[in-house]
Amino acid sequence: MSEAVREAPKKERPEFRNIHVTDLMGYRLPLAGIVSILHRISGGLIFLLLPVVLFLLEQSLRSEYSFAYFQGIASTPLVKLIFLALIWGYTQHFCAGVRHLIMDTHAWGDKDSARKSAAGVLVITAIVTLLVALKLFGVF
Amino acid sequence: MSINNTGIGPKRKVVGAHYGLKDWLAQRVTGVLMVVYTAILFFTFFTASNYSYEGWAGLFAQQWFKLFTLVTFAALFYHAWVGIRNIWMDYVKPVGVRLALQIITIGWLVACAVWSVQILWSV
Repeated sequence: MSEAVREAPKKERPEFRNIHVTDLMGYRLPLAGIVSILHRISGGLIFLLLPVVLFLLEQSLRSEYSFAYFQGIASTPLVKLIFLALIWGYTQHFCAGVRHLIMDTHAWGDKDSARKSAAGVLVITAIVTLLVALKLFGVF
Repeated sequence: MSINNTGIGPKRKVVGAHYGLKDWLAQRVTGVLMVVYTAILFFTFFTASNYSYEGWAGLFAQQWFKLFTLVTFAALFYHAWVGIRNIWMDYVKPVGVRLALQIITIGWLVACAVWSVQILWSV
C-alpha cells in the first residue's frame, strides 16, 4: 500500500440510528403509524386491567348479593372511568385487529387506503367511546 | 412445509427461528375467535329481556356458554402472551430482565386462566 493511500484522511460517514425516546414528541407519525402504536398501547392496557375484568365478572356471577355489590361499585365514578378505559382499549384493539385481518388478504395495501382505513379505526373508536361515556355518565 | 437443508439453491434455509409463522397464525385464529365471541355476546345482550341477576347468571349457567367462554378466555390469554412477549422483546434488552418479565407474564396468565375456570364454574 502506498503512503498516499494510507495517509488519506478518513471520510466522515453519516451514522443512522433509530430515533431516541426524546425525539418522539417532535416526530409526526402517519395515521397508520398512530393506529399501530395505539394497538400496542391498548393491548397492554387490556392486559394490565385483566384482574379488574375478572374480579368484576366474578362479582357479577357468583350470587345475587355479589351482583348487587357489583352494581354498587359499577356506579362509582372511578369504576366508570376504568370501564371507559377498557371500552376504549377494547374497541381500538378490536377495530385495528379487524383492519389487520382485512389487510392479510392483501386488501388496502396502498398508501391511500392504509391511511383511510387507519382514520376509520380512529373515528369508529372515538364514536363508540364517546357514546359509552355519555351512557355511563347518564346523559341518555 | 419442507425446508431444503442442503445449503444449495434459492430455497435453502437462510435465517430465522421459524416461530414467526406460528405466532402470526395464532394471533389470527385467537383474534377471530374473540371477534365471534364478542358478536355473540352483543347479540345476546341486545336481544335479552331479563337484565337482572337471573338473566345474566342464566346465560352463564348453560354448559355450552361456559365452555365457549372458557375457550375464548384461553384464546385471549394466548393472544396476550404473544403480544406482551413481543413488547418485552422490542423494548427490554437485558436478557435477565426480559426473561424475568416473560416468566412473570406466563405465571400471571396461567393464574388468570385458573381463576376464570373457578369463576365460570361457580355459577
